[in-house]
Amino acid sequence: MLRLFANAAYDFIKWRRWAYGLTAAIIVPGFALFFVHGLNYSIEFTGGTLIQVATRQPLATSTIRSTLDAAGIHDAEIQTFGADTVFVIRARLGASSPSLEGGGTQQTAQAVAQALDAGLGAGRYEIVRTEAVGPKVGRELQGKAFLAIFFSFIVTLLYLAIRFEWRFGLAAVLATFHDICTTIAFIRYLNLEVSLVVVGAVLTMVGYSLNDTIIIFDRVRENLRKFRRQNLYEILNLSINETLPRSVLTHGTTMATTLALVLLAGEVLRPFALVMTFAIFTGTFSSIYIAAPVLMYIEKRWPGEDARGARAFRAATSVPPGPATPPGADAGVRPKAVV
Amino acid sequence: MRKIRSRLIITGLMVLLAVWELIPTNTTIRVRDVTSGLMKDSTVRRVPINLGLDLQGGIHLALEVDQSKGPVPDPAEAIRRAERVVRTRIDEFGVTEPVVQIVGGNRLIVELPGEKDPARAKGIIQRTAFLEFRITDMKSRFRDAIPDMDKALRGAGVRVPGGGPSVVSQLFGSDTGKAAAKAKKTAPDTSALSQPGALSALLYQGALPGEYLVPEEQVPVAESLLARPEVQRLIPRGIELKWGTEVESRGARSYRALYAVEDKPIITGEELEKANARRDQLTNQSVVDFVLSRRGGRVFERETGRHVNDYMAIILDGRVQGQPPIIKSEIGQRGQIELGNKTLQDANDLALVLRAGALPAPLAIVEERTIGPSLGRDSITDGIRAGVVGVILVVLIMVIYYRLSGVLAVAALGLYVLFTLGGLAGFGFTLTLPGLAGLLLSVGIALDANVLIFERIREELQHGKLVRTAVDEGFTHAMSAIIDSNVSTALTAFILYLVGTGPVQGFAITLIIGIAASMVTAVFVVRTFFMIWLQRRPDMVTLSV
Repeated sequence: MLRLFANAAYDFIKWRRWAYGLTAAIIVPGFALFFVHGLNYSIEFTGGTLIQVATRQPLATSTIRSTLDAAGIHDAEIQTFGADTVFVIRARLGASSPSLEGGGTQQTAQAVAQALDAGLGAGRYEIVRTEAVGPKVGRELQGKAFLAIFFSFIVTLLYLAIRFEWRFGLAAVLATFHDICTTIAFIRYLNLEVSLVVVGAVLTMVGYSLNDTIIIFDRVRENLRKFRRQNLYEILNLSINETLPRSVLTHGTTMATTLALVLLAGEVLRPFALVMTFAIFTGTFSSIYIAAPVLMYIEKRWPGEDARGARAFRAATSVPPGPATPPGADAGVRPKAVV
Repeated sequence: MRKIRSRLIITGLMVLLAVWELIPTNTTIRVRDVTSGLMKDSTVRRVPINLGLDLQGGIHLALEVDQSKGPVPDPAEAIRRAERVVRTRIDEFGVTEPVVQIVGGNRLIVELPGEKDPARAKGIIQRTAFLEFRITDMKSRFRDAIPDMDKALRGAGVRVPGGGPSVVSQLFGSDTGKAAAKAKKTAPDTSALSQPGALSALLYQGALPGEYLVPEEQVPVAESLLARPEVQRLIPRGIELKWGTEVESRGARSYRALYAVEDKPIITGEELEKANARRDQLTNQSVVDFVLSRRGGRVFERETGRHVNDYMAIILDGRVQGQPPIIKSEIGQRGQIELGNKTLQDANDLALVLRAGALPAPLAIVEERTIGPSLGRDSITDGIRAGVVGVILVVLIMVIYYRLSGVLAVAALGLYVLFTLGGLAGFGFTLTLPGLAGLLLSVGIALDANVLIFERIREELQHGKLVRTAVDEGFTHAMSAIIDSNVSTALTAFILYLVGTGPVQGFAITLIIGIAASMVTAVFVVRTFFMIWLQRRPDMVTLSV
């Protein structure tokens, strides 16, 4: 039988100060960059025009740039997209070019097509994708993205407060907040384009990281009931170690799928897949080094009111001991009802 | 024992349901008829999973009422008028499954799968609506000309075998173009003189003069016949043919109305100022009131005075809207159209048509995406390739690590994919590229539940429990973690669905369905597998986990 990390007994919590240092080393420079340069928002958020062109022969970006310059289009951003025959030309709204103001996004698309016809010759390239987004739609989307993250926090906090206890909920939400910060730093370091799909990836990351935290907290809840003599520090370490094989396996299988997406699923999905791959690391890290120590801190600051001692939370003791099967979860199977 | 059987039955039923949802079904789409170049309804069999525009290519447009050239008093009403107009023109796009819908009360979304030319699509959408009132062919001059047309068609070698609508075309309703072509080849040339002609076999006299009903499945044939030059030549002077918008069912068959109308409108939408629907208190009829401009009122008074007891077709963008009402008396600046026992909804719709023709809604495009069909194809290929590689890796990890139990989990994973696809088809959701990513991602997450259970079983075994007890406790103890983690992920996905748009919603839906399916397979199905396994080997001492 192949077993990884079975009966592990690492003192994870002892290294928490090093972990804080590591995470600060990621977040602080990332946010410094973020505040200086901002993020590379896609035209979905800024408004503007995007044209994806596939050429017959490989071309240099500078060729396209000079072609557009010759036609009087100066402010466009030009990037290769995966291969050197595929180019993405972006013109954001709010750039200094006067031709782009007043919602003239469609005209921009036409102007670029004409310039390419003149410079490269019609038929030697193909426009495979165009997008034109007005400024209003972009602003709406920005608002919606923040709203989505905000609401997911509230809902999670409520759910965990009901199912566990508010201390767990707060710790989990803070860990998730940490993950959003590291992910923003990650996006900033790689200068990934923040599109709607990447925002989707960040929200999925929130779900994934939360999932991981909850698995450990579930074990903490159980161990708090089981071992009443140990303190929270020991319980946390025990729970992390007990769930370690699961963490390795699940992160392994998820990583297999996200890496397949990074390497094989094409340029459109790559930013999404990169964020998700990073999410696996930051989610695992924060479950151990943010959620658990924060829980310890909250417990020290606002101890549970249970008479037996500070570490036993109210919610944990109010649940009757024994298998914690919620009703109806596993249809019709009672514990020990062996067939 | 009985427990296992009922579990197997439930699993079997779920598999059946998922397979049932995925069986190719008949879907009605509009396709371009090869012979006439016009659009017709057609049915195709295919797996009922809709592909998003990013996977099949096409144009997505979001439009709003343009207020830059002056405020529009009621933008929500203006967008409803615009929707009505775009719907009337839906055939002009020439795409199989166009989507026209209002979102958020003030935005019109138009999706045209397969369309490549955005300029053309925008031209069709932003063109000003044209409304006109025309008197129908009261003297049945078109009807009188039909025998001559039949003769001309016979001369050109077109005929329909048998009396009435052709048997062949009834049997192969969706394929009439071909059937008629076949009939043309096989029928002998001389025997058909006494039979009704090709055209008269397709047209049934309607309830009012100038109205003809054509069986829905034969509309393309009728259109192609009417478009032939020898028929066009014989259409009486001053008469034009216009199709109706509605399909009427009489018994088992449905018919589309064809109207012969005068070629000059008695009045156009320019003169219309107001139109409102209401229910008449006295007669309990649905009624549309309309008000014309002063000049329009004078013209209308003169024209309606000449046409009392005639029928007046209301034509928007070349399509007759509803059944033409009769002119009861001279109408001046104010008139009303009585819709008899039709619903108030119908009356509202007619009022909307009138207003759409009167007050064009200036539309501004706020968002536009064009995805080339090749890009869509590449996305599908790449997505599937990544999916296959990802799944193979996951299967290897599970089988190597958990051995026989891993095989059970992988088998359940197969069911999981089936359930997820069945769920997508059953709820009619659209699969997009991010959705494909969500599906693959949820495969990784789906196994988390099994990993949790198996690890728990290993722990229990390590504590010296018997195999049977260890399995039971493994499942029950892992349950709270599985539920809490999945529910919180589903809640996040749900918020993503509520707040997101288009592709993000597709992703969220796939994730939610995936989570539900993974709970069912990982917990219920795998448990059943274990029960069967333990029952077959009651004396098992070591578990392959």
